[in-house]
Amino acid sequence: MVRNVLLIALGSLVMLAALSSAYTVDEREQVLITQFGRPVGEPVRAAGLHFKVPFVQKVNRLEKRWLEWDGDVDEMRTAEKTPILVDTYARWRIVDPLKFFLRLRDEERAQSRLDDIIESETRNALASVPLAEIVRATNRALPPPESAVEGVGVPREPTESAAGGEAPRGHPATGDERVRVGRDELTRRILERVSRTVPDLGIEVVDLRFQRVNYTAQVERRVFDRMISERKRIAALYRSEGQGEAARIQGEMTEELKTIESEAYELVQQLEGAADAKATRIYARAHALDPELYRLLKSLESYESTLDKDTWVMLSTDSDFFRALKQLR
Amino acid sequence: MSSDPFDETRRQVSKIRRMARTRKRAYAGGAAFVMLAGLGFASYYQVEAEEVAVVLRFGKHIGNQGSGPHFRIPFVDEVIKVPVQRQMRAEFGFRSRSADGEAEGLRDERTASEANMLTARRNVATVEWIVQYIIDSPEKYVFNFRNVEGTLRLMAEATMRGVVGDYTIDELITEGRVEIEQKAQEALRELNRAYETGVRIQYVKLKRVDVPDPVKPALAEVEEAKQERARVINHAREERNRVIPQAMGRKAQAIAAARGYATARINNAEGDAGRFEALYREYVKAKDITRTRLYFEAMSEILPKAQRKILMDPEMKALVPLLNLNGGK
Repeated sequence: MVRNVLLIALGSLVMLAALSSAYTVDEREQVLITQFGRPVGEPVRAAGLHFKVPFVQKVNRLEKRWLEWDGDVDEMRTAEKTPILVDTYARWRIVDPLKFFLRLRDEERAQSRLDDIIESETRNALASVPLAEIVRATNRALPPPESAVEGVGVPREPTESAAGGEAPRGHPATGDERVRVGRDELTRRILERVSRTVPDLGIEVVDLRFQRVNYTAQVERRVFDRMISERKRIAALYRSEGQGEAARIQGEMTEELKTIESEAYELVQQLEGAADAKATRIYARAHALDPELYRLLKSLESYESTLDKDTWVMLSTDSDFFRALKQLR
Repeated sequence: MSSDPFDETRRQVSKIRRMARTRKRAYAGGAAFVMLAGLGFASYYQVEAEEVAVVLRFGKHIGNQGSGPHFRIPFVDEVIKVPVQRQMRAEFGFRSRSADGEAEGLRDERTASEANMLTARRNVATVEWIVQYIIDSPEKYVFNFRNVEGTLRLMAEATMRGVVGDYTIDELITEGRVEIEQKAQEALRELNRAYETGVRIQYVKLKRVDVPDPVKPALAEVEEAKQERARVINHAREERNRVIPQAMGRKAQAIAAARGYATARINNAEGDAGRFEALYREYVKAKDITRTRLYFEAMSEILPKAQRKILMDPEMKALVPLLNLNGGK
C-alpha cells in the first residue's frame, strides 16, 4: 500500500517535470527563456516543441508578427502655426527579444515608448514645414479654381490662408505653391529619425504614415466659413456672368439688327438710284430731240394737274388764249 | 428449518455488495465512454466550404486543410480556420445598416472623423468609401500580421488621404472621382503588397463624396447661380432669335420692293420716252399748228374745271383791287 503511494507520487513528479520542461513555440511568437528572471540562451524563434530545465526556467512569449502602432490624435502646429490634428500609424515588430525584454518587458510599454518617440519626431518634423507639404504628396498640376475656369476674365484672387493666420514669406497659402518635401518624403524623414532610436529597444519600425491630418475644430470652422464665402463668390460670379453674357448677346443683336437694316437701306438706295439714273438718261435722250416741245408739254401737263374747281382763273385778253380772239376782231 | 437468523441478513448484504460491484463497473464504463467521446470530439473538426484550416502541431505549421471533416491530435494540434472565400468589406466614413451595404448608412462623429480630409487647396472634403478584399494567403494572414483588419483600415485611410491631398475639392466632387478611386486603389494595393498581409484588395470604391455639411447650402447656391446664368443667357438668345430673322425678312422685302421700283421706273421712262419720241416725230412735221392745238386742247381741259374765271383787258386795271378774292365761296 505504501509502495503504491510512493510510486504514484514519483510518477506524478516525473510527469510534472516533463510537462515543465517541454514547451511549444507557436509560429506567431518567439520565446525568451529566463532563469530566476535572468534571460538565458538565445531567443527561440523556430516553431515546434522545445525543452528547457524544468521549474527554474521560465518561458516568456513575445509576439513575432508585425504589429500596428496606432498613435493618439495629437494637436500639432505647422510652420505657419496652423494647429492641426495628426494621427499617425506605424508598423513595428520585435526583432531583438533579449533587448526588448530588458528594456521594455512587454508590449504595452513598447506601445507607450513608441507614442513618445514618434509623437515628438512627428511634432518636430511638422513644425518646420508648411501645411501644404503635409497635405500634398506630389506636384500634380491643379486645375485653376472654378472661379477662373469658366470666368469671363475675372482676375484670379489667391484664396486666403487656410488658418486665417499670417502666411510666412514665400508661402502664400494658395495651395498652388511647389511642394518641396511632400507627405511621403516627410513621413520617410520621421521614420528615419525614429529608426535611429528604436533599435536600442529591440524593435524595428517600418513604414510610418499619416493616418489622418485634420484641422482642429476651431480652424475647421474658419475653413468652412472660407469655403462658404468662396462658393458664394463663385455663385455671384456666375450670376453676373449670366447678366453680362445676356447684355453682350443683346448688344450683338442690336448691332446685327442695325447692320441688317442699314444694308437693306443701302441696297434699296443703290437699286432705286440706279433706276432713277437710267430713267433720267432715257428721258434726257428723248427730250433732247426737242427741249422746246418738252417744256410745252410739261407746262400744259402741270396746268392740268395744278388747276381745279376752286382755282380762280384770270385771263388777260393779252393771253395767248384770247389773242386769237383779238386777232379775229 | 435450521435457519440462521442472520442468514437472511447475510444474503441481503451480499446482494447489495453484488449490486454495488456491478454499479461500480457501470460507472467505470460510463466514465471511459465519456472520455472516449470527449477525445473523439476533440480530435474531430470540420472545415466549412468557405474556409481553409491552418493546422499547427506543437505550434509549428504543418499544413492546411480544405473544407470537410478532419482529424487532429487532441491538445497537440491547433486549428485556425480562415474564411478564404468570404468577401470582406471595410467601410469608411459611414457604417451601413444592412449587410449588403446598399441601404443608407449610419453616420456619427466617429465616421465623420474618418470621412473628413484635406484637399490640395486645403479645403475639407467628406469622403466615404469602401474597400473590398479577400484573404488569398491564409498563412500570411495568420502568421505575418496581428490584427490584419485593423491594419488594413489604417492603410486604407492613409492611402486615401494621400491621394485626396493632391486633388482639389472641385475635382473630387466632379470629374476627378474615377481617377481618385483608381489611384487610391493602386496605392492601397501597393502598400498591401509591401506589408504582405495575406489579403488581396479587390477594389476601392468611392461612395458619397461631398463638401462638409455646413458648406452644402453654399454649394447648392453655386448650382442655382449656374442655372440662373444659363436661364438669363438663354433668354437673351431667345430674344435675338426672335428679332434677327424678322429683320432679315424685312431686309429681303425692302430689296425686292426696290427692285420692283427700279424696274417700274425704267419701264415708265422707256414708255414716256417712246411716247415723246413718237409725238415729236409728228410734231416736227407741223410744229406751229401742233403747238397751238396742244395749247387749246389743254386749255379746254383746264378751264372748265375752274369755276371762277375772270377776263381782263390790259386797260381795265381797276377791276382787280375791287374784287373780293374770298367772296367766291
